[in-house]
Amino acid sequence: MTGSIWAALYIILLAALTGYEVIRRVPVILHTPLMSGSNFIHGIVVVGAMVALGHAETFIEQLIGFIAVLLGAANAAGGYAVTERMLEMFEQKKLRSAPRE
Amino acid sequence: MNNLIQIAYFLTAALFIIGLQRMSSPRSARSGIRWAGGAMLLAVIITFFWPGMHNYFLMIIAVVTGTLVAWIFAKRVSMTDMPQMIAIYNGMGGGAAGAIGAQELIAGSLSNNGMVLLAVCGGLIGAVAFSGSLIAFARLQGIMGSRPTVFAAQQPVNLLCLGIAALAGLWLILTPGPALTGLFFLFALLFGVLMTLPIGGGDMPVVISLYNALTGLAVACEGFAIGNAALIVAGTVVGAAGTLLTLLMAKAMNRTIANVLFGAFGQESTAAQGEVHGSLKAMEIEDAAILMAYAEKVVIAPGYGMAVAQAQHKVKELTTALEHRGIKVKFAIHPVAGRMPGHMNVLLAEAGIDYEQLFDLEEVNPEFSTTDVSLVIGANDVVNPAARTNAASPIYGMPILNVDDSKNVLVIKRGKGKGFAGIENELFFADNTRMVYGDAQEVVNTLVQSLKQL
Repeated sequence: MTGSIWAALYIILLAALTGYEVIRRVPVILHTPLMSGSNFIHGIVVVGAMVALGHAETFIEQLIGFIAVLLGAANAAGGYAVTERMLEMFEQKKLRSAPRE
Repeated sequence: MNNLIQIAYFLTAALFIIGLQRMSSPRSARSGIRWAGGAMLLAVIITFFWPGMHNYFLMIIAVVTGTLVAWIFAKRVSMTDMPQMIAIYNGMGGGAAGAIGAQELIAGSLSNNGMVLLAVCGGLIGAVAFSGSLIAFARLQGIMGSRPTVFAAQQPVNLLCLGIAALAGLWLILTPGPALTGLFFLFALLFGVLMTLPIGGGDMPVVISLYNALTGLAVACEGFAIGNAALIVAGTVVGAAGTLLTLLMAKAMNRTIANVLFGAFGQESTAAQGEVHGSLKAMEIEDAAILMAYAEKVVIAPGYGMAVAQAQHKVKELTTALEHRGIKVKFAIHPVAGRMPGHMNVLLAEAGIDYEQLFDLEEVNPEFSTTDVSLVIGANDVVNPAARTNAASPIYGMPILNVDDSKNVLVIKRGKGKGFAGIENELFFADNTRMVYGDAQEVVNTLVQSLKQL
């Protein structure tokens, strides 16, 4: 990892710019759904937690790893369900008003 | 297998970015979350094939339990409570990042000091986001009051707490060990609580958004420490996007981040808010119905109270009844009506109210002077003229809906209590304002019945 530390820093720079660009021109009505959506995306932490638990040796490591996976999975699943329920409203809206046009 | 995992992670990162991009436009938003969801599923499944792992049994139990419980709660909770659900799930993500840091620090598996430092940073930020989000959840859920919690010497105590956590974290680089790790996390978690306590319920949306960005950052740090590219990219993107979103939200509420975080300190001088003149004038629901029946234009300003009373479906009926009589009906949506930017639009859309009837603050404010009746349903601070006139008011400078410009103002309110910001509302005492007391759903229902009989 140390050898590629500069590559990783470039990744961070570009990823940060991407995040900034993606959000820059968002209408106010999408602020909450988008916050919820990005909340879901950092649920990817569950993957890191799984690897950590997978390498846990002692009981305390297993316990902490277990908690990490549990919380991470809840973040991902809950984040997805909440976001989808919110965005569902936008879709229904389209369907309802479509026949009138 | 290793290559396959890397390819899958690469795809995941790309799909996340595409998903987020699609979520930033109303038309493609729904598909955006699906793309991101697919990416997450792919990443989780492929991770089971990570070489050299054990504890599979524990892993599966944790994944399944966490997923099921969170899924069921997220599906069951009413739309009104969505903001606190975001808070709690965000907190869990922060907690997970913190726990990864804790595990790596205790196991001592990190290759060099730089990695330990990153694990410490991620642990600190993650722990703060975790405990802070729990407080935010408790406030919005009504477990804790919405007023800021302040006590003597709060800032020095908070700083001391952060200082101890930071010192313990730096010490960990020199002498790693379970006891020191425990101390570090104890104070990091405590700091998250202390930092959030002095923030009132009205500012919680901004704070939740801030913690969302912090969790992203924590995830990126831990990704760096354990060498996982998917975590680095997704965490950084969310960190940047979340930071910008936080700034946008704060701007919509006319607050600065510093003001939100430290605003409560030394501000507890509510006496300086000035006297309110006039009296509250109540009106019967039937009379209110008559007033509305002979209006040409009605503007409805909904607030959180409407959402709490679950009155949005009745409001839809009211809209239909009014339109039936040839009355023009518009909705005035304050950027932070509800609890968060956009929350009210979602609630009204759920009730089937037309998108074209919803108007932003800038669009609708010039219209109030030609409005016959403004109907305020469960909104308070967002229609308080003190924001324009009273420099001593805590909400001074916040853009508000100028409902007081219209000929008549009807305010549906449960009782005589104050709003979320805990301040008196001059609007309620104005000459052209009438108060209609009662539960929003019942009042609106009676309004609809009365209108039909006229």
